[in-house]
Amino acid sequence: MGVINGGFGGRHGSSDPRLPPGQTHVYDWPVLSTGPTPNVDEGRWSFTITTEDEVTHRWNWGELQEVGVEDVVTDIHCVTHWSKLDMAWRGVPMDRLFEDVETSYDYVMVRSYGGYTTNLPLEDLLDGQAWLATEAEGEPLTPEHGGPARLLVPHLYFWKSAKWVRGMEMMPSDDPGFWEQNGYHLRGDPWREERYW
Amino acid sequence: MTPSRVRWHLGRVLSRQFETEAAIRLELDVPTWPGNVAGAHLDIRLTAPDGYQASRSYSLASSGESTRVVLVIQELPGGEVSPFLVRQLAEGEEVEVQGPLGRFFVWIPAEPEQSPVQLIAGGSGVVPLFSMASAREREPKGADFRLLYSVRSPRDEFFADELAELSRTIVEIVHTRESAPGAGRPPRRLTREALAASTFPASLSPRIFVCGPTPFVEAVAGWLVELGHDPAQIRTERFGGSP
Repeated sequence: MGVINGGFGGRHGSSDPRLPPGQTHVYDWPVLSTGPTPNVDEGRWSFTITTEDEVTHRWNWGELQEVGVEDVVTDIHCVTHWSKLDMAWRGVPMDRLFEDVETSYDYVMVRSYGGYTTNLPLEDLLDGQAWLATEAEGEPLTPEHGGPARLLVPHLYFWKSAKWVRGMEMMPSDDPGFWEQNGYHLRGDPWREERYW
Repeated sequence: MTPSRVRWHLGRVLSRQFETEAAIRLELDVPTWPGNVAGAHLDIRLTAPDGYQASRSYSLASSGESTRVVLVIQELPGGEVSPFLVRQLAEGEEVEVQGPLGRFFVWIPAEPEQSPVQLIAGGSGVVPLFSMASAREREPKGADFRLLYSVRSPRDEFFADELAELSRTIVEIVHTRESAPGAGRPPRRLTREALAASTFPASLSPRIFVCGPTPFVEAVAGWLVELGHDPAQIRTERFGGSP
């Protein structure tokens, strides 16, 4: 549209090449949630992957640690225009959790304690692109940031990185999750600015 | 109103008026705006002469079919976009806006509603909740509404005149730092007990909308659950971070 706001200088904080279009670098960590923060006790926590054959793969908290964690340094991008760079995360690679999962379906519905859902193509969860994260910046994830465990899919807008995650269900088609039913993009690639539909 | 596809629009500033010392009320004329439900927001994108761009989300104070949209924007000290919008953006100047955005933290009058609606605002989080109360005001019939508004002092109140005139929403304002002269009670921080005394009880199963800074919303939503409200009935919108 070509509007120039003459008096606007801007901080040019968005000149960092690691920032996708329309994003601003922040140093704090904003919290966005649709409702009250659920209190999820590690003792009653479990994570499941369910397939079309109704086979359920399940890990409790101790079993998850045994799968093996890895450290990841990555940038995260929220659709509300902030990005946080070089965050230190620790989590279990989704590749390992899917090792023994047999499915012909290509899509996944992620489900969280508290009722949140989000949809993803399976290929966005594999090949070293996604983790079940339990720590950020050297500390266990706090409840407001999704603790004890949240999904980490840093190459997509952060609403895909579901907090308080409890399971994944394989799906034959890319059915929309919570925000995807409420006006947000089905895939959410920040480099293509796939924010809304 | 059915949800419309989100797109970019051009808005022109019709009027600007200080709402408080550090907040501006902007009325924009957006000829292509499809209207918006109460509680929705939009993105503003500013472009500097050298092509640099910055975008931010702001809640709409207005709702309905109008192509005139109203925003109240709090200046964030040291911020990049809000100081320009609050101090510099002139009447007649144009800005790019994208929207309307948000289909969850919204109130739609047409929805059949048995349970009452409780709005709880912290500071500038009152904007989308004021929009909902205003939408309720335009309906002859509907759910009972209450608004609890926690704000530092009378000088920091948004919509002071409009809130006083609402006839279909019971408004209670809590001043946390400084009371009105002659108020007869000292400023106080909101507590769980004060919250319980000033909101619909869980026995009425109210739908609840909470908007404000992250620590405020975390505290209030936690208390509401402790007071017996169903978490599924509580919708929140937070701004700002945790360290």
